[in-house]
Amino acid sequence: MSWLERLLRREKMEQQLDKELQFHLENHVAELMRSGVAGPEARRRARLAIGWPEEVKEECRDARGTRWLEDAWQDFRYALRTLRHKPGFAAVALLTLGLGIGATTMMFTLVDGVLLKPLPFPEPDKLVTLHGASSGWNAEAFGKQNLAYLDFLDLQRTSTCIDLAGALYDNGTVSEPGPPEYADLLQISSNLFSVVRVPLLMGRVFAPEEDKTGGIPVAILGYSFWQRHFGGRPEAVGSSLVLDLKRYSIVGVAPAGFRPYGNEPDIYTPLGQNTGAFLQRRAIHPIYTLGRLRAGQSINEAQAEMSLAGRQLAEAYKDTNAGRTFTVAQLRPETGDVKSTLWLLLGAVTLVLLVACANVASLLLARAISRERELAMRVALGATRSRLVRQCLTESAVLGLSGGVLGVLLAAVGLRPFLALWPGELPRAEEAQLDWRVLLFAVGASLMCGFLFGAAPALRAPFKNIEQALRTGMRGVAGGSHRLHGVFVASEVALAVILLVSAGMLGRTLLHLASLDPGVNIHNVLVARMALSPVTLTDPGKTRAAWKDVLDRARQLPGVQSIATVDTFPMREGFNKLAYSTNAEVSDTAPGEMVDGRLVHRARREEKLPFALLTCVSPDYFKVMGMRLRRGRFFDNHDTLDHTPVIIVDEVLAQSAFGTDDATGKRLWIPDMGYGGNVFQIVGVVNHVRHWGLGADDQAEIRAQIYSPFSQLPDNFMHRWSQLMSLAVRTNVNPLSIVGALRNELKGAAGDQVLYEVRTMEQLASDSLASQRFLLLLFGIFAGVALLLACVGIYGVLAYLTGQRIPEMGVRIALGARTRDVMWLVLRQSLSMIVVGVALGTAAALAAERILLRYVSGMQPSAAISFAVMIPLLFAAALLASFVPARRASRIDPVAALRQD
Amino acid sequence: MNPKYDLPQGTLDLLILKVAALGPVHGYAIAQRLEQVSKHVVQVPQGSLYPALHRLENRGLLAAEWKETETGREAKFYRLTRKGRAQLGAEADGWARLTEAVALILKMSEGGAE
Repeated sequence: MSWLERLLRREKMEQQLDKELQFHLENHVAELMRSGVAGPEARRRARLAIGWPEEVKEECRDARGTRWLEDAWQDFRYALRTLRHKPGFAAVALLTLGLGIGATTMMFTLVDGVLLKPLPFPEPDKLVTLHGASSGWNAEAFGKQNLAYLDFLDLQRTSTCIDLAGALYDNGTVSEPGPPEYADLLQISSNLFSVVRVPLLMGRVFAPEEDKTGGIPVAILGYSFWQRHFGGRPEAVGSSLVLDLKRYSIVGVAPAGFRPYGNEPDIYTPLGQNTGAFLQRRAIHPIYTLGRLRAGQSINEAQAEMSLAGRQLAEAYKDTNAGRTFTVAQLRPETGDVKSTLWLLLGAVTLVLLVACANVASLLLARAISRERELAMRVALGATRSRLVRQCLTESAVLGLSGGVLGVLLAAVGLRPFLALWPGELPRAEEAQLDWRVLLFAVGASLMCGFLFGAAPALRAPFKNIEQALRTGMRGVAGGSHRLHGVFVASEVALAVILLVSAGMLGRTLLHLASLDPGVNIHNVLVARMALSPVTLTDPGKTRAAWKDVLDRARQLPGVQSIATVDTFPMREGFNKLAYSTNAEVSDTAPGEMVDGRLVHRARREEKLPFALLTCVSPDYFKVMGMRLRRGRFFDNHDTLDHTPVIIVDEVLAQSAFGTDDATGKRLWIPDMGYGGNVFQIVGVVNHVRHWGLGADDQAEIRAQIYSPFSQLPDNFMHRWSQLMSLAVRTNVNPLSIVGALRNELKGAAGDQVLYEVRTMEQLASDSLASQRFLLLLFGIFAGVALLLACVGIYGVLAYLTGQRIPEMGVRIALGARTRDVMWLVLRQSLSMIVVGVALGTAAALAAERILLRYVSGMQPSAAISFAVMIPLLFAAALLASFVPARRASRIDPVAALRQD
Repeated sequence: MNPKYDLPQGTLDLLILKVAALGPVHGYAIAQRLEQVSKHVVQVPQGSLYPALHRLENRGLLAAEWKETETGREAKFYRLTRKGRAQLGAEADGWARLTEAVALILKMSEGGAE
């Protein structure tokens, strides 16, 4: 029989126990009577022999081993009964807990799904990725690199530890079927799907012979692209599409949400069919790798193998691979910078939960005190201390778990709407689901809460002065609970202070950041990425002509003031960082050597160069963006390929490189530019632009900026750069109102030129503060809830404590105390609790400030001003909550109060 | 009447198992039989008998069944399970060794203790 069975058959077992003992007694009596003892005497002796029947039964029940369970069951039913008796109390406690646990569970669901869950592939701990690193010049600044294609092929072929797959990001225009669409491409080695062990939704993966130059053009569709562009029709497999003028047969569709790396790709094509010359150079490292450790192989063995392979490659290809090493790393989900936001929110919501717990604890405590007499009675009847504590804890566990059930329901309902509120895109949001891990967390949190608020009432169950408790009932012990109540109120206030001050600091920060000058005039500027017709990309001359045509056409549109092309935008993703040196003279003439594909002067090799952000623009860019010229000139139409290569720098670079000297006319050596001899003349200095966003720029690692003219970009850069270019349009009307006309004007002769990611600069500027704004919103809500709960708690505690003192107040009033005196008596009590709470909260809020300063970009140290605003607010709210009970106390009718006793 | 001795701690279980090994038996009969066989030397604590029976049942050493006695009344009969038999064997051995050892010690001659 299992415990559960025994528990369910309890009734029957009790009957049987009775029957068994009865049988024994009767037999004993019968035997005694047979030996001549008289009836009543025989019964007396038999009873004496077996002892007190209830005690025997108790021992038998204990022997059954289900005792604790039976007690728990009994306590559980008792708890439900008591909750039902006080529906008001139960409703307030449940709602408070439900909201607290619900919010915490929801945040945990996000933290778990986004940060903690492993990759959604089979055996994720076996998945690895390879990084390359060069030991050469400025190597650590470049950090972890991807692999050269030829290196990748060598490693893939020779490795005995890892099944290695490769991928390369690219973009292209799909011109058939349907309207032209600019698509994210992932070129993959044929084994990628088998390495991650994810089956296709339909169709087949690439065959190895298709993963070679000259293979038949085949494509696999990404799920979202298939839904969007092919309406999710199964017939898509077997049909074809035209991508950058080439026709591909569609052989398969990837499963929904499959993201081997970064965003979900639109189209997969075989990597081996890419004929780009850069793939044949070991000095260029574009291949992202994804590998699976073979059975029985560890990451250390794989690392040893890769180190050896790296040395062999370095030996075989000295020019390109000398000093190049490969490291094997566990593959982890990419979550970007949401990590700190999520943890901060989970932390904040936990504080709210703690306030809720303290609140319920003080409610329970008040109730426990009014039940003092009942508990004392139980002790008098023989209940042990542990039994009584267990009973109290069961009650709070029931309360906690009921709150937990409510909380999980709220979390389940609230999760998707909350995700819709999330600024921008939350990576791996689809992983955030209510599953057993979340349920486990919710149960844990509920029990934890139950314990937190149940412990105090349980531990103060009466044991010492039972007699006194029984005789005087509630009033005799009320004074003893005073301090405990104070602790709860003080901790509620302290927690509310932390949240209020944090919200205040975030608000102050947001105000400050929003007032910062982005460095560009963000009003009436439209920005959009632009994909030229694939036909024009085949020849650099055609590409230049196409860009000129785009600018000329757009300029004619009504509403357009000026227009420019640009590769990277301030406050939008994407940047191009390059090292620079002011020591251009030496590098021009001194002999250099090839390192990692770059000509590097010997003297420079050991030197660490500063970095700058490079932006490639057409001349009108500065006008479009409303930037200010500090010195020299902007670019003009004379800055062409046959003139001196020129650049414009921002004031940050000018200041750090040349100090107070005039930067114009000076030359910069930019070793990785790859054209113009890598030496450039500065013709102008412009104002600094907050490229990294209003919040992040001041603390950014790389702030110096360099602009180069698009018109001096050599032919061999044309194709790649044209894939990156965007348009920036200054309008004299609402910029979004011209989007339709612009699209139409620029669609090109074949109708396959596409504008995408259309935004205004105002949107980009606002988005750059989105995470701070979101944090402020949620901290504000949490702080408000915490303040409300704290006020409810203060009100409840004071109402209770004042209720205990009614006779005392009656006496005071009868003896001539005035309204003011009585109110002051109550307020003083409340004030002391609030002051302690504020003091504790202030200390904790200073710690919270350090955390925020560290994890919120652009955070201003503004605790002082926040304290100045928030603490009076809290005092006002808390005193208001105390005022009602105080007023009630002052209006006690002394005669009624004294008679109550 | 001979003086009666209380059972040493832990021996009640062993004796119950032994009696039950002879065939299904109810609680009262166990008490009777223990007193008879021990020639009324052993005082069976009736109050501890039933908790012990329930404990042994709970541990799976005894199995219980409601059956009719010779007099036609329903009683709870306990019988030894396979597990109980093994336990009885082990405990009986242990008991034998213990008593042997105790006896040896008690038989020591005064001189031998030096």
